Amino acid sequence: MKIRTRKLGKIFGAAPRTVTALEQIDLEVFDNEFVTLVGASGCGKSTLLRIIGGLDYHTSGDIAVSGKPVKGSGADRAMVFQHYSLYPWLNVIQNIKFCRRLKVNRRELTSADVEVASGRADALLNVMGLPNVADAWPNQLSGGMQQRVAIARALMPRPEVLLMDEPFGALDAQTREVMHDLILHVFNLERATIVFVTHDVEEAIYLGQRVVVMAPHPGRIDSVYDVPLPVRRTQDMKHTPAFLALKREIVGRIRETSGMKTDLEMLERLSGVEEREE
Amino acid sequence: MFAFVAAARPARPGFWSIRGPMSQRTYWVLAALGLIVPLAAWWVLSAQGWVSKVFLPGPVDVFHRALTWSMQDKPLADTSISVYRVTVGWLLSAVLAIPLGLLIGTLRPVQAVLEPLTDFIRYMPAVAFIPLVMLWIGIDEGSKIAIIFIGTFFQMVLMVAEDVRRVPATRIEAAQTMGATRGEIVELVLLPAAKPALLDTLRITMGWAWTYLVVAELVAANSGLGYAILKAQRFLQTDKIFAGIIIIGMIGLLIDQLFRWLHRKSFPWMHLKR
Repeated sequence: MKIRTRKLGKIFGAAPRTVTALEQIDLEVFDNEFVTLVGASGCGKSTLLRIIGGLDYHTSGDIAVSGKPVKGSGADRAMVFQHYSLYPWLNVIQNIKFCRRLKVNRRELTSADVEVASGRADALLNVMGLPNVADAWPNQLSGGMQQRVAIARALMPRPEVLLMDEPFGALDAQTREVMHDLILHVFNLERATIVFVTHDVEEAIYLGQRVVVMAPHPGRIDSVYDVPLPVRRTQDMKHTPAFLALKREIVGRIRETSGMKTDLEMLERLSGVEEREE
Repeated sequence: MFAFVAAARPARPGFWSIRGPMSQRTYWVLAALGLIVPLAAWWVLSAQGWVSKVFLPGPVDVFHRALTWSMQDKPLADTSISVYRVTVGWLLSAVLAIPLGLLIGTLRPVQAVLEPLTDFIRYMPAVAFIPLVMLWIGIDEGSKIAIIFIGTFFQMVLMVAEDVRRVPATRIEAAQTMGATRGEIVELVLLPAAKPALLDTLRITMGWAWTYLVVAELVAANSGLGYAILKAQRFLQTDKIFAGIIIIGMIGLLIDQLFRWLHRKSFPWMHLKR
């Protein structure tokens, strides 16, 4: 068991004006598992991810990573964000090696250690398809390339858990597909535990071994699905009956729990009114 | 046939379109016009004798005055003492405002204690402090520097704090999830991320420091550009007032360009041609 939350809750604000962001979250993520969190906006999926990463704190219940209670952020849990996380004053390779400037990574003192580290940086550069842009500034790169650098930088210190908060949300559909296969490839190489937040159901199914569907008001876990696809995913699996059935099921759950249904009913009523007037 | 005519040429955005395109040449021609037209208007206005020379000396008079000034008196000495006062006052501000602003922009308790106070003081006119400054510091160099300091410091603190606050949270959080300590975040993320904005703040506040120069040289001065302007007023030497103001403007322009050059050299990643 890598991550375990028990009756985890998060309330924003102070009484009497409070918002319950998360309520009674019982989540278990196994070692080397790829779990995706999906749900309508306001379901608390990002908040849950941030609590696991130690960037936000919970207000009730427990959370443990590798058996240790989470107290703030740490080098064992790296995070990839949607936007603005690269350091624009450092070039690509300097960004990837950023963690080497930090005290937590100064245990290695021999030249052999340094060699291993720069070997790893080069390897990541290759795996992410970035060797030609090692000396470029981040703002010379496309959005997709920037996210590749962000992922490489997060992986550099070999984190046990990789947390991804809608990392491909701002990319166009074609780039996103390429990134999906890339992150699966990296996952197979690195064997880290990945928790991936998205609002795109297809992305959640294609990447995840399990899909956790969350519901809003208050943020909670609605249902959990095992993805009935082989570990090695290929794009054409997106058109298989099993994939489509699961997608229909999850999209249905999200509609059911998000209030989208009442919006649709309202639209139907409105269009009914217009028809009568004619 | 008709279809060809209709699709002849896509419409180019007009001269007055919002944020429309403009060639380099057109830009510089217009910029030159913007400088030459007022100068010509000034010259015509004074040459026609519509306005008395006591109120509006012509550009030629001002130029001559600047020349004779540089022969008889010592405008270089005046200039250098003024540059010295402005630079020291401004530097003193920067040395104190940057760490203080960094703390206000980083730590909420420091912000709560210092920001409302700073906001309060910055609305007080620096000129109003002259009697106090004379009382406390006396009438030598220190008092002139103090006025320039009072005029720039409080604004600078708030601007530095804002520069630091504008660093996107994800840049800080990315470092946190790599295991960075608080000190490392300040040193390796906040400062380098805020540096370009800080240099702009220094450039802008340097301009403000110059605007306080004449005020500062009201205080029992016997040298400096501001003092020269004030003395010229006493003798109705309008052309000398003009010359003094123009020299200050030139120095400002020069310093501004120096800062911009430094910005391009220090932060090449912000000035990429795409």
